[in-house]
Amino acid sequence: MTTLLPVAQSTAGGGFGFPILPAIVIVPATMAVVLALLPRSRQELARWLGTGASLVVAGLAIAMAVRFRTGQAGYQFVVAHDWIRPFGVQWKLGVDGISVFIVVVTAVLFPVAIAGPRVDRDIRSYAAWMLLLEAGCLGALMSLDLLLFFLFFELTLPPMYMLIARWGASPRRSGAATKFFVYTFAGSALMLIAMLALVFLEARSSGHVTFDLLTLTAQQHLSKDISILLFLGFAAAFAVKVPIFPFHTWLPDAQVEASTGGSMVLAGVMFTLGTYGLVRFCIELFPGASVSMAPLMLTLGAIGIVYGFLVAVVQTDIKRMIAYTLVADLGVIVVGLFGFTAQGFSGGIYQTVNHGVSMAAMFLLIGLLIDRLGTSELAAMGGVQKRAPIFAAVFLLVTLSVVGVPGLNGFIGEFLLLLGTFLTHRWWAVVATVGVILAALVFLWAYQQAFHGTPRTGRVGAELSARELLVVAPLVVLIVGLGVYPRPFLDRINPSADRILARVAVVAHNPPPSPPAASGLPRRVEAQP
Amino acid sequence: MIHAAPAILLLPLVGFLVLAFSGRRLGDPAAGWVGTLAVVGSFVAAVVTFVGLHHMGPDHREVTQTWFTWIPVGGLKVSIGALVDPLSTTMTLFVTGVSALIHLYSIGYMKGDPDFRKFFVYLNLFVFSMVVLVLGGNFLFTFVGWEGVGTCSYLLVGFWFERNTAATAAKKAFVVNRMGDFGFLLAMFLVVGHFGSLDYRTVFTHLGGPSPLSHTTALAISLLLLLGAVGKSAQLPLYSWLPDAMEGPTPVSALIHAATMVTAGVYLMTRVNPILSVSPAAYTAIAVLGAVTAFYAATVACAQDDIKRVLAYSTVSQLGYMFLGVGSAAFGAAIFHMLSHAFFKALLFLAAGSVIHALHDEQDMKRMGGLRRYLPVTAPTFFVAWLAISGVPPFNGFWSKDDILGAAYHKSPALWAVGVATVLLTAYYMTRQVVLVFNGQARWSTARASAPDSGVAHGGAGGHGGSGEPHEGPWVMRYPLVILAVATVFGGLIDLPFGKLKFLDTWLSHVASGQGDLATQSGALRASLLTVTTVVALVGLGLAWSLWSRRVDRPQLEPALLRTSYHVDDISTAVFTQAGGAFSRALATVVDNRIVDGFVNGVGAGARGLGGVVRRLQTGYVRNYALGIAAGTVLILGFMLARVG
Repeated sequence: MTTLLPVAQSTAGGGFGFPILPAIVIVPATMAVVLALLPRSRQELARWLGTGASLVVAGLAIAMAVRFRTGQAGYQFVVAHDWIRPFGVQWKLGVDGISVFIVVVTAVLFPVAIAGPRVDRDIRSYAAWMLLLEAGCLGALMSLDLLLFFLFFELTLPPMYMLIARWGASPRRSGAATKFFVYTFAGSALMLIAMLALVFLEARSSGHVTFDLLTLTAQQHLSKDISILLFLGFAAAFAVKVPIFPFHTWLPDAQVEASTGGSMVLAGVMFTLGTYGLVRFCIELFPGASVSMAPLMLTLGAIGIVYGFLVAVVQTDIKRMIAYTLVADLGVIVVGLFGFTAQGFSGGIYQTVNHGVSMAAMFLLIGLLIDRLGTSELAAMGGVQKRAPIFAAVFLLVTLSVVGVPGLNGFIGEFLLLLGTFLTHRWWAVVATVGVILAALVFLWAYQQAFHGTPRTGRVGAELSARELLVVAPLVVLIVGLGVYPRPFLDRINPSADRILARVAVVAHNPPPSPPAASGLPRRVEAQP
Repeated sequence: MIHAAPAILLLPLVGFLVLAFSGRRLGDPAAGWVGTLAVVGSFVAAVVTFVGLHHMGPDHREVTQTWFTWIPVGGLKVSIGALVDPLSTTMTLFVTGVSALIHLYSIGYMKGDPDFRKFFVYLNLFVFSMVVLVLGGNFLFTFVGWEGVGTCSYLLVGFWFERNTAATAAKKAFVVNRMGDFGFLLAMFLVVGHFGSLDYRTVFTHLGGPSPLSHTTALAISLLLLLGAVGKSAQLPLYSWLPDAMEGPTPVSALIHAATMVTAGVYLMTRVNPILSVSPAAYTAIAVLGAVTAFYAATVACAQDDIKRVLAYSTVSQLGYMFLGVGSAAFGAAIFHMLSHAFFKALLFLAAGSVIHALHDEQDMKRMGGLRRYLPVTAPTFFVAWLAISGVPPFNGFWSKDDILGAAYHKSPALWAVGVATVLLTAYYMTRQVVLVFNGQARWSTARASAPDSGVAHGGAGGHGGSGEPHEGPWVMRYPLVILAVATVFGGLIDLPFGKLKFLDTWLSHVASGQGDLATQSGALRASLLTVTTVVALVGLGLAWSLWSRRVDRPQLEPALLRTSYHVDDISTAVFTQAGGAFSRALATVVDNRIVDGFVNGVGAGARGLGGVVRRLQTGYVRNYALGIAAGTVLILGFMLARVG
């Protein structure tokens, strides 16, 4: 069993001369404290420090991804120190093909979210909360210790709450923030219980307490019923975070009330904790239970796709409309992951990255649009394309990427996800594919109302400023680049995805009919010229 | 020489990038010329590739070029690359050739439009996508082009996006096409599931391999791809976006919604003919669908007043003929008719654009008339195309349509009869159009005086010469008409039904040879079929001539049922927009707000109650929760420590 321990033989620093992963967490956390201590009067300095720190983190994350070795299924750049020794709690960080690009995209999105939107009050606190949120997200994505993961996961809650409650749009914002908090907190509580139960039960079997993810993954003595219960406990937290239908109703409220930066993080970063969590802590930790529960997850995902788009199409507020499409888009990822195929798995990870980029870009642009027009009601918009053709072109590009037009990033993930599920769970995939039509309907309807026609109020949208273009440019480059040449990314994601699939196949006592079933493909094909 | 293939594709892409990023500096006419040159270059590359392929032996005319690996996951490896064979080179030749002419024409037609440059940006991107579609060496790369042309169609139909009708038509075109794409995607999933590959050659060579494709799977793949083709080629029941797409500038209608993009469905069905052949039922489905669509759309075309909508329904109808050809396994005939149609329909649209241009954006044929005297180039070229589409010898449409009808007769005389009835209608509505537009009295002078100037919204097309008699456009608009007219007159020569003169059929035979081979038909039968259709065409022509020459107002011949295209749009609006909207609103207000959210509101109320208590304790929500987390964690850890220790 120990051979399953998926740690690559890499030193702590991974050749950087310093532990790169802790640096990625500590830099934003430290700067958050520094900003909190800064005098209130130093707002401009705070803006630059916040942006600078998040850019440093982005640089570190990209450097890490560049050094990330292709073809290895295990964790790289692992650092481990004992922390709370009696309980077997460690400060242990590492990345593999599942997490590496999610870490990068998170690190890239935060500078955009800090520098991109207009923040009209207390930029110092805004940047501080953003950086704390960043530290929490990145820490959670890299933790290889359950308790450490949980702490980071929870660390994201207060900053997100503050970003909705303090920088939100309307007086209703604190209600939305509370709803967000209650929902996520309830999910987290169930996860904590499941986590402690897992550790406790394993400790009883093995004789020593450990929160080490790798040990708990490799050696399990759980009965099937127990593992299903634990699976559901973890799944509750992630289902809220993603969100999966019917745990989604906090999202539209939170999105509508959140400031632009808050919306970007909600749509582009927070959900990655959900999909990542499903892969790492539901499927990899409880493969047998995952297979048993797959019909439930597939069904909820498929319902979410159709339901999300249908509800979205009648919304009149642009943010609420796009928020509902998130439920649908993420439903596709859930459906793809729980089909348990190579395509669905790699596609799910890849789509998590894509979706983060595209949706962050979309909510940034929506924020800029609302700033310009002074309303988020679609019926009051219109005609922006005439005044601001570049703005419109960028918005349309992002729209098409979300709709899944080939050549842009969204298509690759969507195609792999739907294909993967089709190979093993045909009818769910057919329902999910209906989303392709509905997505076009919803997004083009939103685009038409906002950008086509003639201005309906006195306020017309101004063109993107140079600063705004600069901020959105990296996202546009990613949208095109990830769509045209996904291979370097997929080559790094695939081995880790295969590792987890192999575990699913073995532990589920449901050995794949042949290697093809894991990949969903007949082997003879590979011999083709 | 075959290595010129990438250039066919790269030149329009480069043109697109150059125009998109530096077009502003190029200025108005220059941007158009850059765009045109890129496509002309692409056409030259296509010719070079064609010649190269032609020099190879008939058995070696199938070259796969792989440029890079696009999506490698599991056992599936999808590449970016081309399949250069007689079918794809034929397609690239006519696509780039017609595109080049229409680019040239657009320099004149779009002159003065504030978004002149953007027009060529989109047009170049379209040509790139279309070439990807026909050259792609696997299903997925074809799908890239397939979606790319759909996106360009969206951009170009909505080019005058300030008009709500244009914006709505653009969205409709995209969404309806997506319904077809749903089928295309599922078909690809089935192909991967069975073959483990999306590569055309791999799939086709394994059709009869160790695990042969079952009839059911083959039928499923065929019908799903057919759904895709139906969406793209505007066949029943997914046709209604095409007439609406006439909201786009006329060169767009000519290029995308007549000559090239809408033929993609026919191309796709021809490309996958080895799969169709596994399941004969697929052929019958395609043939019946094509025949019914051809007849249906032709009836609607008889009662339209808008010069472009007549041509739009006519396009739907002619595409139906091509599907009838594919369904009769006469792929050579289908492609032949696609080429003929590309020439005469592009010509009809460009000439119609010339008319619209001359009348300052008037599109109602009832307000035209007598233009023969004012448009000395447009009128005769339009007449050539009119005779060709009506099936009068010796124009290209006569030969290609009769090839299809001959094959249809071979498959089923009933299908042939529907096809012949459509010939009658085609000759009728085209003659009605010619008479209304070019003959009789000029009705435009009075009409234009009373009508408000509709040209304002269009921006460009009506932008010059606010007064004076209608006159021809500049040479860039006239020359393409002449070139297309020449192609329409002599286009039949590429595939004459006399033994060795069937060049196109022979050229395509290795890629697509079905059982619809006409060699089995006796010369006498063939000749009598030809005679029947020609007579029918002449009857339709004469009928319309005598009916419409004297009066333009014949409401009894234009029943509301036909004018509204059998109320299809009203019905689909009622079903999808109203009923579907009501359902969605019910989901949003009842299910989401009350049922799903109800549970959480309960929790929220509890939290508020708790919050009330907490507020009295002078603490905020969040701190309280955080404290809760900490306290709970300590308690549980303590409990565990006690148990384990």
